[in-house]
Amino acid sequence: MLPIEVSGLKKHYGNLKAVDGISFTVNPGEVFGLLGPNGAGKTTTIEIMEGLRERDGGDVKVLGFDPWKNGYELHKKIGVIPQEFTFFEKTTPREAIIYYADLFNVKVNPDEILKEVLLEESAKVNFDSLSGGQKQKTGLALSLVNSPELLFLDEPTTGLDPNARRAIWEVIRGLKAKGKTIILTTHYLDEAQQLCDRVAIMDHGHIVAMGTTEEIIEQHGSGERLEIHGDEKLAEYLKANTDLQVEFNSARREIFITLRKKIDALAALAAAEQSGMEWGQIQTRQDSLDDVFVKLVTEPIGEQGEASTEEKTGKKRRR
Amino acid sequence: MVSGKRILTDFKVFSRGYLRNKFGLFFGLVFPVILILIFGAIFAGGSTGKVNIYAQNLDTGPFASPQLDIASTFLATLNDSSTITVITVNPSENFSKYLSDHSVSDGIVIPADFSANYLAGQHVNVTVYGNPTSSTSGIVSGTVGGYANGFNLNYFQTKYKDTTPAIISITPATVNTQQTKYIDFLIPGLIGFSILTSPMFSLVNISSEYKKTKLFKQLSLTPLTKMEWLASKMIWYIVLTIAGFLLMVGVGVLAFGAHVAITPWLIPFLILGPMLFAALGMLVGTVTKNPETAGVIGNIVTFPMMFLAGTFFPISSMPQYLQTFAHVLPLFYVTEGLNNAMVYGNISGTIIDIAVLGVITLVIFILAVKLFKWRED
Repeated sequence: MLPIEVSGLKKHYGNLKAVDGISFTVNPGEVFGLLGPNGAGKTTTIEIMEGLRERDGGDVKVLGFDPWKNGYELHKKIGVIPQEFTFFEKTTPREAIIYYADLFNVKVNPDEILKEVLLEESAKVNFDSLSGGQKQKTGLALSLVNSPELLFLDEPTTGLDPNARRAIWEVIRGLKAKGKTIILTTHYLDEAQQLCDRVAIMDHGHIVAMGTTEEIIEQHGSGERLEIHGDEKLAEYLKANTDLQVEFNSARREIFITLRKKIDALAALAAAEQSGMEWGQIQTRQDSLDDVFVKLVTEPIGEQGEASTEEKTGKKRRR
Repeated sequence: MVSGKRILTDFKVFSRGYLRNKFGLFFGLVFPVILILIFGAIFAGGSTGKVNIYAQNLDTGPFASPQLDIASTFLATLNDSSTITVITVNPSENFSKYLSDHSVSDGIVIPADFSANYLAGQHVNVTVYGNPTSSTSGIVSGTVGGYANGFNLNYFQTKYKDTTPAIISITPATVNTQQTKYIDFLIPGLIGFSILTSPMFSLVNISSEYKKTKLFKQLSLTPLTKMEWLASKMIWYIVLTIAGFLLMVGVGVLAFGAHVAITPWLIPFLILGPMLFAALGMLVGTVTKNPETAGVIGNIVTFPMMFLAGTFFPISSMPQYLQTFAHVLPLFYVTEGLNNAMVYGNISGTIIDIAVLGVITLVIFILAVKLFKWRED
């Protein structure tokens, strides 16, 4: 039995199909990321798996339970941080842990859990005086009280500063090292790349790509390409005089040459040199997860590269 | 399955949070006491000091002997009473102009020939000035009336040489009793007020906020059930109500000498009242979309009860249609019951109020638990 098995899951709010027939499974000990823009259906999906929402169709098994019908039993075995975790204002993280332990009727050492989520220093500060990162860590601490094998983290780092995000990542890595299965939603792609073994990219209620981040980039990315700053005439010249795949982006005055082999770059540059025309900065680059994400979740972009891109490799040279 | 241990766990965290929040504590305990002090001082102030009365004595004599100057004796007797201090006004003054010039309303005019007519057994009329809306005028007319009766009886005793003591003796205490009735009434009223406001406002706020911030969802992921959650809130507000009750009664008795009875019949009100308004507050917070709407609806439900259910003013002093309206307000049965038990000693009335209150509480409680959702569908 896998920790999570979802098939044909559907949920609509009125006419809006929030989740439209998605299927996936999560393996034991895996960190599985649900990515997607706001409104893609990530939170609805995760809340259905947590047993907080009823589904309209499809099958969902979480640790073998139907999360809606057997929510009460399931909740004893999972840990959850909802989006924008909040707690009673005048309660400290330490008291919150004891409160949860009493509710779950388990014996825990609160200081151990506080240490695990790097929250020892703020153990006795009221929740309303904690920083955003400390609040999220309190949520993490509470999700660990019942020693769950499966954790759901819904946007655990949204709105946090870079340091606080990295601290949360540390905690999540520690949990993964202990063999916990973790479902994580995020719209930070670097977070997914840092933490997730596999991701599913959601858009408009569908899963548009799934796999490791490398697999997704390979399947949906454009591969490595050479970019030469130059004009359309040069692009025409390269097209005519090489067998390379050449595209011209008039807005950026950039010539894109797909590199099937590294050696293609030499052929392209030799031809450019031969043309005797002016050309400027060159670089080689590859689609990042960001590029693929933007391609997959929005309307097809006519002018490639208009989305914010992350430079992977770049040999800059000026002539 | 309801678990007492989980209720206790939630109760501990909630009460500790409440006590750490100065704001909640102020409105829960301090505010009702302040109200008692303010309203008690406004309406019962007269009973702690004497009322000044301006007296114009037109019966200037001359008298054959001082014993025959009955008018002066009458004023001196009034001055010796525990409620009134007589301030003499010159007979040449225009009396009503004098009163308004001095911004006072309580006065008495003794007519010329008062003494002669009294001794002759003729009717004499004493004019007492007063403002009916002022709390002091009751004291003045009561005291003057009382002494006038005393003088009347004295006359008959003297005239018929009756040596037996007067059968009826009148003291100004009558006036005092009437006056302290307001504070007697005010204490149950304000206890009702705090039974209403503390749990009601708090639960409207908590339940709508917890819904908005998804704290209810968070709690639904623990073994705590919504029934247990509500039960722990109710227990807290019962504790707070009992503490407030003791404080308010203490202040009322010590500061204003209120006469209220402390009987076991009060217990059902101190338990059912907070339960009812905690459930009603949660119902409002649950059925509304967001905290803003919840606040507005909460006020619409709460404010009529705050003023019309016999908290600050006795129901009997309101027009008939408002008295009828008051009977649909749940708080009415709390304040009426508290008054029946504490002030009037009307036990059968108290039992009826408990029964009505019990039914209303049960209905609201069931509605709140049914409509309140931990999760969404």
